[in-house]
Amino acid sequence: MPDTPSPQHDLSQRHSPLHAVHESLGAAFTDFAGWLMPVRYSSDLAEHHAVRTAAGLFDISHMAEIAVDGADAAPFLDYALAGRLSALAPGKAKYSLVLNESGGIVDDLIVYRMAETSYLVVANASNRFAVVEALAERARAFDVALDDRTEQLALIAVQGPASAAVLAATAGLHIPQLDELKYYAWSPGTFDGAGNDTAELIVARTGYTGEDGVELYVPNEQAAALWAALTAAGEPLGLVPCGLAARDTLRLEAGMPLYGHELGLSIQPVQAGLGRVVVTDKTDFVGKPAILDGPAEGAPVLVGLVAEGRRAARAEYAVFDGERLVGEVTSGALSPTLGHPIAMAFVDPAVSATGTALELDVRGTRIAATVVDLPFYRRSATTPA
Amino acid sequence: MSSIPADLQYTAEHEWVRLEGDIATVGITQYAADALGDVVYVDLPKPGAALAAGSIVGEVESTKSVGELYAPLDGEVVEANSGVVDAPETINSDPYGEGWLVKVRVSSTPALLSADEYRALIGE
Repeated sequence: MPDTPSPQHDLSQRHSPLHAVHESLGAAFTDFAGWLMPVRYSSDLAEHHAVRTAAGLFDISHMAEIAVDGADAAPFLDYALAGRLSALAPGKAKYSLVLNESGGIVDDLIVYRMAETSYLVVANASNRFAVVEALAERARAFDVALDDRTEQLALIAVQGPASAAVLAATAGLHIPQLDELKYYAWSPGTFDGAGNDTAELIVARTGYTGEDGVELYVPNEQAAALWAALTAAGEPLGLVPCGLAARDTLRLEAGMPLYGHELGLSIQPVQAGLGRVVVTDKTDFVGKPAILDGPAEGAPVLVGLVAEGRRAARAEYAVFDGERLVGEVTSGALSPTLGHPIAMAFVDPAVSATGTALELDVRGTRIAATVVDLPFYRRSATTPA
Repeated sequence: MSSIPADLQYTAEHEWVRLEGDIATVGITQYAADALGDVVYVDLPKPGAALAAGSIVGEVESTKSVGELYAPLDGEVVEANSGVVDAPETINSDPYGEGWLVKVRVSSTPALLSADEYRALIGE
């Protein structure tokens, strides 16, 4: 669940710079971490399938962008985050984590290296203030400046197999060498919307759907014009606007964690299958001693579960091995792509092996489930790797 | 704005009732269907089941959430709509028609909301 920003922060509900566009499209809205965002435009399932088969357009402007600049930017992030960001080449992106002193997860992030001494850290909306505070606290001994740019930047994701074709057809959008842009890399771009100044974009081949696609960081002022241009170019190619409901089922099928569900302050990365994200041979980083100690003996581990039928287990439903309570579901849904229920759950490591037969308590009814490897869904098409 | 047919009666749990003689046809309102999103699973009481007004008798589940189905009145189920069990999306596309859920032989005249009262309840 989204956490609560500390009281000194403005708690009034935020609107995306694209809010009026969503209203005109007839979106249904939901509060997400203090932002009023589209949950769906027409149908969750139709939006989900569009991303798997053609393309979807998402407004994810609630995500937090924090610029890190200065001579010590690289060593600072090596200390403040779980990964070795000093080894990231300019033009590349890396999935990383903010850990606390106990080795628990404050947030998961995408970090882009903009230049030798410049990075962009993208955090979850629900953890924006926690991340800003943690970075500020950890920056004291380093020559870096932090700038929370969340309120100035919109973020539009184009996701799906037709994404590259949509971008190529979008009037006014210029992305040098999009064909060569690899997964987890970014490139500068520009957008010339009618009546607007030329906007400088960050075009990143990243996403949260399990499909090829890009995320476009654009100044608020040009966001609506860019959305309109993408829509005009994309509609003939099957692109539809997609809400947070589809985003959630897409990321679940792709086995991607969601903070507050699969990740949290009392969960070490290795429990969530993210041990590879932590570079333990760095000289020092926040959480290192606790990470080296590891989680407690028998601490639960994240697994994928599949079931038959149509009744899905949801977050917080119990997982049983016979009569023994062995865990709890963190996310679950009837998979729109696969047609059967899928779930992620933290379970006792003794029952975490692939193929283990377990049971889900779906509101009083036991449903047979089997432990499977994540992800549940992997796209067949290839992105330049 | 949701469709709220004037010839039906409603409950605060977002169900509609069409009373014809002593047989009540029951479904969920368009407002409820829209709020749930795409319905993917329906669990209905079986013919012969005795219903007590206000009790939970089934589930309507979407990709995002689970809605409980409350008995809007006292009575006995005479038919459950197998069409919506096989094609749950019918509840979204035609909530007041093909998306009906159960027919109930009512045992007492229920106190339900008029269309205007229901419209006021959902703030439209």
